[in-house]
Amino acid sequence: MTSLPQNASTKKLGLVIDLDICVGCHACAVNCKEWNSGGHSAPMTDWNAYSGEQTTNGDDDGAWGVWFNRVHAFEAGSGEDARTIYFPRSCLHCEEPACVTVCPTGASYKRAEDGIVLVNADICIGCKLCSWACAYGAREYDQTDGVMKKCTLCVDRIYNENLEEVDRVPACVSTCPATARHFGDLGDPNSEVSKLVESRGGYQLMPELDYKPVNRYLPPRPRRKGIGDTGGAAALEPAKTNDNDQAADGLGNKLLAWVDAALSR
Amino acid sequence: MSLNPFETVVEQVDTSPKVADEVKKTTCYMCACRCGIDVHLQDGKVRYIQGNKDHPINKGVLCAKGSAGIMQHYSPARLTKPLKRVGKRGSSEFQEIEWDEALETAAKWLGDIRKTDPRKLAFFTGRDQSQSLTGWWASQFGTPNHAAHGGFCSVNMAAAGLYTIGGSFWEFGEPDWEHAEYFMMFGVAEDHDSNPIKAGLGTLKTRGAKFVSVNPVQTGYSAIADEWIGIRPGTDGLLIMALIHELLQADKIDLDYLVRYTNAPWLVIRDEGAGDHGLFARDADGHPLANDRKSGKLVSALDAEIQPIMVGETTLPDGREVVPAFQLMVERYLSEEYAPDAVAERCGVPADTIRRLAAELAHAAFEKEIALDVEWTDWAGRKHDKMIGRPVAMHAMRGISAHSNGFHTCRALHILQMILGTIDVPGGFRYKPPFPKPTPPPLKPVGRSDQVNPETPMPGPPLGFPMGPEDLLVEADGTPSRIDKAFSWEAPISAHGMMQMVIHNAWKGDPYSIDTLFLFMANMSWNSSMNAAGTIEMLTDTDEATGEYKIPRIIYSDAYFSEMVAYADLILPDTTYLERWDCISLLDRPICDANGAADSIRQPVVAPDRDVRPFQEVLIELGHRLGLPGLTNEDGSAKYPGGYSDYIANHERAPGIGPLAGFRGPNGDKDGKGEANPDQLQAYIDNGCFWRHEFAPSERYYKHANKGYLEKAVQLGFIGHANPIIHQLYVEPLQKFRLAADGHGDVVPPEDYRERISTNFDPLPFWFAPLEETAVDTDEFPMHALTQRPAAMYHSWGSQNAWLRQLHGRNWLYMNRERGQTMGLETGDWVWVTSHHGRIKVQLKLMAGVNADTVWTWNAIGKRKGAWNLAPNAPESEKGFLLNHIISETLPETALGRRHANADPITGQAAWFDVRVRIERASEDQPGETSEPQFPTLKPVSTTARPRGPLRYGAEFKHQNPNEPVGGDD
Repeated sequence: MTSLPQNASTKKLGLVIDLDICVGCHACAVNCKEWNSGGHSAPMTDWNAYSGEQTTNGDDDGAWGVWFNRVHAFEAGSGEDARTIYFPRSCLHCEEPACVTVCPTGASYKRAEDGIVLVNADICIGCKLCSWACAYGAREYDQTDGVMKKCTLCVDRIYNENLEEVDRVPACVSTCPATARHFGDLGDPNSEVSKLVESRGGYQLMPELDYKPVNRYLPPRPRRKGIGDTGGAAALEPAKTNDNDQAADGLGNKLLAWVDAALSR
Repeated sequence: MSLNPFETVVEQVDTSPKVADEVKKTTCYMCACRCGIDVHLQDGKVRYIQGNKDHPINKGVLCAKGSAGIMQHYSPARLTKPLKRVGKRGSSEFQEIEWDEALETAAKWLGDIRKTDPRKLAFFTGRDQSQSLTGWWASQFGTPNHAAHGGFCSVNMAAAGLYTIGGSFWEFGEPDWEHAEYFMMFGVAEDHDSNPIKAGLGTLKTRGAKFVSVNPVQTGYSAIADEWIGIRPGTDGLLIMALIHELLQADKIDLDYLVRYTNAPWLVIRDEGAGDHGLFARDADGHPLANDRKSGKLVSALDAEIQPIMVGETTLPDGREVVPAFQLMVERYLSEEYAPDAVAERCGVPADTIRRLAAELAHAAFEKEIALDVEWTDWAGRKHDKMIGRPVAMHAMRGISAHSNGFHTCRALHILQMILGTIDVPGGFRYKPPFPKPTPPPLKPVGRSDQVNPETPMPGPPLGFPMGPEDLLVEADGTPSRIDKAFSWEAPISAHGMMQMVIHNAWKGDPYSIDTLFLFMANMSWNSSMNAAGTIEMLTDTDEATGEYKIPRIIYSDAYFSEMVAYADLILPDTTYLERWDCISLLDRPICDANGAADSIRQPVVAPDRDVRPFQEVLIELGHRLGLPGLTNEDGSAKYPGGYSDYIANHERAPGIGPLAGFRGPNGDKDGKGEANPDQLQAYIDNGCFWRHEFAPSERYYKHANKGYLEKAVQLGFIGHANPIIHQLYVEPLQKFRLAADGHGDVVPPEDYRERISTNFDPLPFWFAPLEETAVDTDEFPMHALTQRPAAMYHSWGSQNAWLRQLHGRNWLYMNRERGQTMGLETGDWVWVTSHHGRIKVQLKLMAGVNADTVWTWNAIGKRKGAWNLAPNAPESEKGFLLNHIISETLPETALGRRHANADPITGQAAWFDVRVRIERASEDQPGETSEPQFPTLKPVSTTARPRGPLRYGAEFKHQNPNEPVGGDD
């Protein structure tokens, strides 16, 4: 019901998230919450902030609130191959966002100039259709404000002339201790982020849905835990004694290997 | 054609809003990492906290804790007023009092003690970042009974490191992230230090180096490791010694490194039964001897131009036999008991894996040798045109530390580093200045009764590094001098004290009773004590005859309503970290990096809106009221009338050395040493609240033997002289304790300690089963139980933080999925976890990435009902739990009736991770079931108000909506 921009620029601002080095520390999520608490969609309302009433979202964790970025932990495989994978999830700023086209009021929209998907809180009626339409669970309903909120890609930061140029990136990117998050123009094949996606096999989430998410994830690198993966052998060969080229066995023979070593301090 | 009926409505997005009225720099205190932060202030409130891009620790990044600082600063758990207890202890019935009365009361209590027996004050600090002040204050007061929380934290790492290599992992060293090809991490969760490790791992993995994590649990850092070794808790030492075995067996060791930088060639006396058996043979000047191949003579092992033999017996002129330490080491680890096949089952790591890891280590160290084109000069003045590196780096922390065999395990790891030649070389482990220091630093603990006198400072510090039995703090009859029994035969090298035993010992009156327990930021009635429920009983137990509390007086300082508040008699409310001065001092726990020395300050960025005072300010004021000489002029006036900031800038610990090393001297242009500079704090503020001295490239590696570095370190006041710091593969002071246990010398252990000392004080690392494991029936308690803190809360003071508790609002017990299924258990089941000490009822989750014989949980999520100003129905107390309840502070009674501390017998490190348990289903799922034990709800005390209704922090910053309702106290 809401149309996508007609004369959109080729610019597709988005995030590239490196799952190979994300340790699941939640720095991105909390710094996002902190920045946005005073930002474009402020506040990031919290309920039961200091108590434990049952929550309406069925979660018994007591406190809950609006977060634009959440880090999930998954397990894959079992036994020797068991892996823990941390997966930060936020709006992917899709090229074909169903959350926008489903919006009955025009509140949910995609910016022509950079592709950022935003919500105009002044005309959002809180019908939640967009959160049903979003396949990625990226929308956050503020029941106190009665409006939908979501990741703004820090639109109040990335162009902000009151900030030093180096700080004009989303909060999650600037704070990530492991440098697992990158920001840039994925519409420009020569941008750093596009090159990173190219070199690391970055992928889209659920491309089959055809929402064409702009954000990309870099897969974990293959784990090197097999014989020879780093060049080492399966096991070390026992040292030979100096005398007879036989494998040294017995402590006395082993020690012989070092008896004649001429070593200077 | 548009379908949008509202297409004319275009949102005007302000893409360039004003962010702050003002940005003030200071230092984070959300954990022990101490990152630099930029605090953005708007309308006098904190709008945003960002990492300081220039800061050496975090270089602009900030973790989840640091980013949640706003919620810590505005927490409703903040205390608001000094309090004096009016109800029974534990009732949390208090009366608000004025600061004058609070200070007068404290000064009266402490003054009476100081006039009579200063030992009756036990002053212990928890998450203290001002230990150089608090330790000095205790010494000025005259009590030996002081330590910070190191005894229950990671003293094993510090002690093993300082006695062995003059440095440590911890935050005192770091892997060479830029050059390492192979990185092994043992038992590290978020830990020390938080952001640099994350940044380093990102760098290391992006460079393509291999990362191996040895940890029973595959979370956090372990999740991104190339290889996760899900080892059985307490067996890391065996794994490390098996790696050493393999490397020795294959002669894949760096003999040149061992000869140049370690005491491997030093000759050890072999004279079983003699008083010097196992000590180094020394010349008339006391120098250790080596057998020089070149001259065929016994020479000082400290001489530069020698060629010491590494293997072979030698006979001294007096007929005694000596043998190089190296040979003893080889004999130990080539033994079949340390072969991969012998240790595999116990470690839960296949022998083939151990053999492959050893081969990979050797390959990285010797086939990928790196050489930096950097000239340097060694300690003897010899020039080298390159810096040779063996790109194998190690890091280890609590997972090996918190076991009773942790000291030896950590030492074994340092020996592994030594034989690979990878300490402070390119690609290896790197010291962070002011380390390395002599092995150990030349500082002896003080506190025997002859050193403690009324109204007199002690002649030295309460903590230090004993070199032998004569340095112990024991009385003539062997009784411990300190209340925590640190530096006694219970734990001779307890370099950080044994805070975990203070309440137990004080309650028991063993070795004596005290009058006042003075605590700062230490939640001892809850998550910082083993046996939390028992501790509560001890804190409230009374003498039957007098009705007095067995611990008569408790003074506590904390910014928040922690569980400990309810058990104190006098509360001195502290400020938040954004309201205070502080110094992160090189005399304390520095924030340096391998290329530079640094320190920093906190400055108040907002004024307190409550009647609270910074603890250090209060301590200085109390010190003056007590007339402590270091804080009082001869005319009785205060030495630092300006308080803590005055002290920071003007106090000199030694001539020219003060709390801060930067901007010293009258013109503020001296580094390290120099006269006090009254404008020093402004200089720090102007520099972003930190100071850093960067070492020249030629000074950055081989610091233990690098003339340029060592001389610079002397100049800066880090070490006393530029002698090389020789790695102690063989630690002679340990043997001195062992000889005492065999009856040699004047200071010998009581009879029932002799075997314990003789066994454990082995100068070469060995592995022994964790002590609790040998004292309980492991069939009855087949599993290990561990805790770790989540990255979003590690070292943070109070997980009541409104944002962080949304990430971890309760904890679960995690168990290996296959093991759980075998036992018929499922996620969501309630189970009893039973140890020899007690049991808890908790809810279970199954997961794949955990050692099959291990259960674990997040620590310190569980809260007591009512504490931290959380509503009593908070999940932290309904479903959250502490493992502390099943961990005893003492081991089961010995045959001789003694209950030793549940600790490493060498360092006194609390053995949290030794606990053995069994798991049984508790009941069918019942709605509303709660964890057990539960405790009575704590009554509210004077804190800031808990907001009712939604929390809408930040709404007020949206200037375009000036009438926006603001949540909070509506």
